[in-house]
Amino acid sequence: MSEKVLMKGNEAVAESAIRAGCRHFFGYPITPQTEVAAYFAKRMPKIGGTYLQAESEIAAINMVLGAGGSGARAMTSSSSPGISLKTEGISYICGSDVPCVIMNIERGGPGLGGIQPSQSDYFQATKAPGHGDLHVIVLAPSGVQEMADITYNAFDLAEKYRMPCLILGDGILGQMMEPVELPEPKEISAEDKPWAACGHENKREHNIINSLYLDPAELEQKVRARYERYAEIEKNEVRFEEYKTDDADIIITAFGATSRVAKSAINTAREMGIKAGLVRPITLWPFPKEILAKLADRVKAFLSVEMNMGQMVDDVKLAVNGKKPVYFFGRTGGIVPTAEEIVAELEKINGGAAK
Amino acid sequence: MSIVFKKTSMLTDAPLSYCPGCTHGIITRLVAEVIDEMGLAGETIGIAPVGCSVLAYNFFSCDMIQAPHGRAPAVATGVKRAHPDKTVFTYQGDGDLAAIGTAETIHSGARGENICIFFVNNAIYGMTGGQVAPTSLPGQVTQTTPYGRDVKYSGNPIRVCEMMATVTGTAYVERVAVDCVKNVRHAKEAIRKAFTMQQEKKGLSLVEFLSTCPTNWGLTPVKALEWLRENLMAYYPLGVYKDVTAEEEAK
Amino acid sequence: MINTSIIIAGFGGQGILFTGKVLAYAGMVDGINVSHLPSYGPEMRGGTANCTVCLCDEPVASPLVTRPDMIIVMNQPSYDKFKGSVKKGGKIFLDSSLISEYSEVEGVETFAIPATELARDKELNGLANMIMLGKVLKETGIFGVPEIEAGLKKAVPEKKAHLIPSNISAVELGMSL
Repeated sequence: MSEKVLMKGNEAVAESAIRAGCRHFFGYPITPQTEVAAYFAKRMPKIGGTYLQAESEIAAINMVLGAGGSGARAMTSSSSPGISLKTEGISYICGSDVPCVIMNIERGGPGLGGIQPSQSDYFQATKAPGHGDLHVIVLAPSGVQEMADITYNAFDLAEKYRMPCLILGDGILGQMMEPVELPEPKEISAEDKPWAACGHENKREHNIINSLYLDPAELEQKVRARYERYAEIEKNEVRFEEYKTDDADIIITAFGATSRVAKSAINTAREMGIKAGLVRPITLWPFPKEILAKLADRVKAFLSVEMNMGQMVDDVKLAVNGKKPVYFFGRTGGIVPTAEEIVAELEKINGGAAK
Repeated sequence: MSIVFKKTSMLTDAPLSYCPGCTHGIITRLVAEVIDEMGLAGETIGIAPVGCSVLAYNFFSCDMIQAPHGRAPAVATGVKRAHPDKTVFTYQGDGDLAAIGTAETIHSGARGENICIFFVNNAIYGMTGGQVAPTSLPGQVTQTTPYGRDVKYSGNPIRVCEMMATVTGTAYVERVAVDCVKNVRHAKEAIRKAFTMQQEKKGLSLVEFLSTCPTNWGLTPVKALEWLRENLMAYYPLGVYKDVTAEEEAK
Repeated sequence: MINTSIIIAGFGGQGILFTGKVLAYAGMVDGINVSHLPSYGPEMRGGTANCTVCLCDEPVASPLVTRPDMIIVMNQPSYDKFKGSVKKGGKIFLDSSLISEYSEVEGVETFAIPATELARDKELNGLANMIMLGKVLKETGIFGVPEIEAGLKKAVPEKKAHLIPSNISAVELGMSL
């Protein structure tokens, strides 16, 4: 067991990636994720790894395609505007079935937006992280320990299903320090990737990492096969946390840093006699539909709290499927909802539909 | 009966998808032959572009990665950084390399990425049907410059070799053509030199091939070769633009 | 039983984030749950800096606090910004060497410490933050000197470990006020 250290979320992600065997990081500077790159820049040369600052976000994600496609554990990180630039590469990586890890320490948008925390890339991450029929696994940590653990496991998950894992954080999680127990370092062998384009040594047919299929029937078959894998993921990899849901009348849904504020609000609301609980999706895709559908039979209402204008709330509504009212409260532009604001929303709901 | 000619095993049996009379096929074969002759097939990873040679991943029998448009040097960088002892090359056209991928081209050069870039310049976007390219000549008629390329309106052609030779980090930059037997033979030597530079870890090599596009130029293959000699070679002179080994010897 | 949130604010260069780090480390060594959330962005450079530290027996719910139990403020803009946010029954610790305009806030205890002047007079240059921290320990009892010393050992990089004794002296001076 390693000793607990106080670390920024961004640094914990980088150290944890290294411990997961990632030796290739390609990045481009953008606030508020810069510590990730800085940490890799310091550590990688000492352990025989690559830290490369690319000429653009576009180049960085394509370097990940190259390194990942040739069998290496590779990663890139950015913040919202930079992720938009990476979407081209993400689509190709999905279409080529290449595993990799991407981190988005979200900031306010659209456009250059701001640099304060935000969750306004939920749609982008879960619905269209690139063009075409595709998904990436979207993981949403809510603290520094979880940043470390999720990053550590993301590489295995990406390789198991041969697709990108996107870690969706925000400025709070990236900048915040909390005690963290780092996972044990592991050695990774490239031998177990028979599909990788790393030179066939005249021992096998050539491997092709490719997303182009000019024959529609072949492309459809490829996409369908990928969707069968996605169905496996939806069956096996859904993760969420329940907090005080046992006797709850109102269920808050919130992810990432927002879920922490929601917990504070729930505790205050309970002192006021409002029975609130929380479902915190840890995987945003696959989305924890079943637990929400199950709770919809029992509770009185749902409240989705987000740092955006209402994005995850759509998935909550789909899961609840009209059985109970679904409310939304959000702040955007880099403003974090306060516990007081959430309590006020709970009071409104409790005094209205939920009574 | 003795075999006097045999297709290199570095090419698969997939039929080349290039138009009849296009010199892409010669260039593709030359690259394949050199890799084969140097015994590198088993340790080579090639990067296919978007453009006429997009299907290059089906032609070359080494491991291949198909890159997004213009991003081949970035993909090659990722491969080479993960496998510094393997041989890595990209095969790109003028739109791919000199328009959408300009940043990737220049910066892979500036980093001295130890890779080979084979750049086929036919002064037009071939696969999409003949639009003006970054290397189309002044006055050249294309689908999207139907009255001829007006440089005041749609810009000037980019001379890639001249530009890349100025970038510290590139090791070898040469422009060749495949319009006649002599030039074909020389082009093959240029390819061999580029791979040798990579083996010697000298940095980035770029070989530019002046190539024809009979289909989109609206010329017969023979006339296209004539047009190439008269017009393309005049604007894009053949020759070695940079060779760090020659510079080292001269010192 | 501890459940305290603290906002520490001042100019960049006053050791604001470091003070937060020492508190967080002290809590970590003491076995309680902690979080340290800094402000970030352009204001980090030469402007105001602040951080929020939560110390809690339970897992820290929200690391972002709008109504802190106490604030430690070391310049006028920070005092003006945060004085109204303190919970009823909470505490304000202010450096009166640098904050001239302050008044009692109803329901909140205010402690004015001329920390910057004291640091200068006692040859504890740059340690006004630790003097403030000492006063906080005295008035709240959240930690004793041993916990802070353990926190300092974690927060200070090895090559600067020789500075720990003077930091402790400053904390002790603060505790004597």
